[in-house]
Amino acid sequence: MSFYRSMTCENVTINGDNTTPITAYVAKPSGPGKFPGVVLIHHLPGWSEFYIETTRRFAHHGYLAICANLYQRSGDGNPDDVAAKVRAEGGIPDSQMVGDTEAAVKWMRAQPNHNGKVGLFGSCSGGRHAFLYACQKKDIDACAELWGGRVVMGKDELNAKTPVPPIDMTKDLSCPLIGIFGNDDRAPSPEQVNQHEAELKKHGKSYEFYRYDGAGHGIFYWHRPLYRPEQAMDGWSKVFAFFGKHLAA
Amino acid sequence: MCTSIIEVVGAEGMAKRGDEWFALTQAVVAYDHARHAPLGDVITLDFINARLDPGARAGIELTLESAKELRSALERAISAAEFEEAEVRGRGAPSLVRAA
Repeated sequence: MSFYRSMTCENVTINGDNTTPITAYVAKPSGPGKFPGVVLIHHLPGWSEFYIETTRRFAHHGYLAICANLYQRSGDGNPDDVAAKVRAEGGIPDSQMVGDTEAAVKWMRAQPNHNGKVGLFGSCSGGRHAFLYACQKKDIDACAELWGGRVVMGKDELNAKTPVPPIDMTKDLSCPLIGIFGNDDRAPSPEQVNQHEAELKKHGKSYEFYRYDGAGHGIFYWHRPLYRPEQAMDGWSKVFAFFGKHLAA
Repeated sequence: MCTSIIEVVGAEGMAKRGDEWFALTQAVVAYDHARHAPLGDVITLDFINARLDPGARAGIELTLESAKELRSALERAISAAEFEEAEVRGRGAPSLVRAA
């Protein structure tokens, strides 16, 4: 095999929450496998090109990867416009995200060249969603939460779509967790990350947090001024080491 | 969203996308991470029609300072408009004439 792995990419339809058909982008490394799987949960800017590229990045590193469009119910179009519409609608319900993500996990587990291990990866709102999913479901083996905002939520932030602060679900976390955070971030703030970590400790959960100085929110977003190359490359190495450890067959 | 700073109001009017104007249903104001402006956090304004496709949207990202200037400009213009709408000048002018 050459150093750079070839891959196959396509859009597939999966049955999301309430069996609603939604589209997911998948990237499958070439070769017989068996490969570990990564389910990506996109961020607030939607099913964006960054997430599509990141899906391919995981395939390049030898993972079957899938990223479902959690905003599909709000219409087709430029992901940026769709995300703005979702924002106007007050975001998506946590329960719907869980149903859609569960469908992506099932798709992964149905692949013949899958090794039986699934990791979750999400940043920003997707980081919050990844943690929340890992607390509600027991069908994944590792979870990567990158700068998940609103894991800690005030009572005034709760509503029908987000009825429970994810931090209150910590006792049910079902798999090892890696967290990547910037110390200049305000959502989540370092104080909120402290609370998050204290709760994980309290319940004896397996976790590793990496908290970077000189970085705020969105450390990996190479197209944004928030990008921090040194911290991003170190963070990526931590994520790959974590998945390498927990997703090996 | 990573911040929960968001305000949604009903909006009557029209906005432009490309060469096409569309009717509005809502205006959304938020303070969150910039998606396009080369900045960290920004005030975002989205003028949308929730009944049309997601592309029915005029979106803006502003620095906090620009947003404050816009607010001041809106307040000045609205005050002047309300003065006009109330026809204060229209009613006031004849009385001045009568006083003279």
